[in-house]
Amino acid sequence: MSEAAVAGSLPVVDWLKLPEGEDPYLEGHKCGDCGAIFLGVRSVCSKCGARDKLAPTKLANKGKLYSYSIVYRSFPGIEVPYISAVVDLEGGGTIKGNLIGVEPDPENLKFDMPVEVVYRDALGRKDADGNSYISYFFQPA
Amino acid sequence: MSDVYIMGVDMIKFGRFPDKTVPQLGAQAALMALDDAGLTIHDMQALYCGNLGQANAMVGQRILQEIGQTGIGVVNCANACATGATAFREAWMSIKAGINDVVLAVGVEQMGKGLLGGAGGGAGIPKEGLLGSGTMPAVFAEAGLEHSRKYGTTFEQFAKVSVKNHHHSTLNPKAMYQIETPLDVVMNAEMISYPNTKLMCSVNVDGAAAAVLVSEKKARELGMQRAVRVRASILTSDPYSDRDLVMPDVNAVTRKAAAEAWEMAGCGPDDINLVELHDCFATAEILHYENLGLCKDGEAGRMIDEGEVALGGRVPVNVSGGLLSKGHPLGATGIANIYEVSTHLRGEAGKRQVEGAKLGLTHVIGLGSACAIHVLEKVS
Ligand SMILES: [Zn+2]
Repeated sequence: MSEAAVAGSLPVVDWLKLPEGEDPYLEGHKCGDCGAIFLGVRSVCSKCGARDKLAPTKLANKGKLYSYSIVYRSFPGIEVPYISAVVDLEGGGTIKGNLIGVEPDPENLKFDMPVEVVYRDALGRKDADGNSYISYFFQPA
Repeated sequence: MSDVYIMGVDMIKFGRFPDKTVPQLGAQAALMALDDAGLTIHDMQALYCGNLGQANAMVGQRILQEIGQTGIGVVNCANACATGATAFREAWMSIKAGINDVVLAVGVEQMGKGLLGGAGGGAGIPKEGLLGSGTMPAVFAEAGLEHSRKYGTTFEQFAKVSVKNHHHSTLNPKAMYQIETPLDVVMNAEMISYPNTKLMCSVNVDGAAAAVLVSEKKARELGMQRAVRVRASILTSDPYSDRDLVMPDVNAVTRKAAAEAWEMAGCGPDDINLVELHDCFATAEILHYENLGLCKDGEAGRMIDEGEVALGGRVPVNVSGGLLSKGHPLGATGIANIYEVSTHLRGEAGKRQVEGAKLGLTHVIGLGSACAIHVLEKVS
């Protein structure tokens, strides 16, 4: 991870954490009563209904490909094709993102193939104020 | 509690009507359903209107401004692709509750062309194509490949759904398309989101459908010859499941609705003669054979391979052509499929008639998620 260190880059989602001088990571919120893991801050668990039992937890940077699609048609300006991947992380939590570093062909994609979470510039996308962003991606481990 | 009956039901031919307004399309279907029931707007005690695109714009009232401002109560519903079915169910509930004896339900939608799904709004930068895809073809492709990982379901099996439904629509003059699409044509069509090709995505069309629902007392008064009994009306939202918030779980929400529907109807999937289910994408239809209990888990691929779900098969699915070929005007779909099943139960479906149909089921899913199921029964 080097590009992430670009000063002033913002996280693509508020559950991607960019602690100064440390590696980026994804943060889940885990229910102390039932163990369900959510993305983003919340106060009530939608699995069991427990209130104020959700504590932040660092999500793993390793996981397995659960499902995917290869996207050939998207909205104007979005580069295709790309692999939209659903990944189950080690230790819990499921996230969705682009799988990179592999040709988008079903032949190359096996269910449960190991992937790692990597952090890169958000494909050059900038917001209205010109800020650049750091995103997470998957690549074959 | 009174049983509820459908006394009139109809739909306009689905298509593209840029010169019409949403209320005009809804009004057209409403008048057709009223004529079918032999009633007028003056007989209606309430209107339940489903529309998504203009959900904040009083579509139901504007329909009455087209066909008769009688001053009845109007409820406008929005529930994604379950919108029409939700309006129908609200109408059903008002009769079940004993509030009304005769009510009108209308579902209507005018669609643009192109992709549906989250374009990645909100603060920051667009997320589409960065954090995977929120487009509907991709979301349902991922749901389909989840079935592949469990049971080895193939691209070809998903594609066969589209071959079947396009074939069915050649027998339905109200469908958007009446075109045969052989397997190689479906599989070689433009790939939108693997494994969904363009011919495996539902068609964005304009459409409207409407139904007149009545109490048992009113049905006896009007005559039962063409009446259709509503044996079950169920609405669910997505129960918690592990990946639901990342990868919408269309299975759990349907399974919960199906279980409740069988309980309310007092019958089971083996009793059903035809099904109109939510084939928004070819991948989705395969999942719902199992979700609705039409076969055991893992047998959906075999169902499509062996033609059990084709017209003439054990339990024909989407003989209307389905969303894939009849078209999918979001707010109208949930009443259009009630029209289709009712038409078979009345023995009036012409060349696509499912012979001897006595019980049928309709199913829609609004992503986000809502599932509505209706079980309908032939009366006489
Ligand atoms: Zn919990």
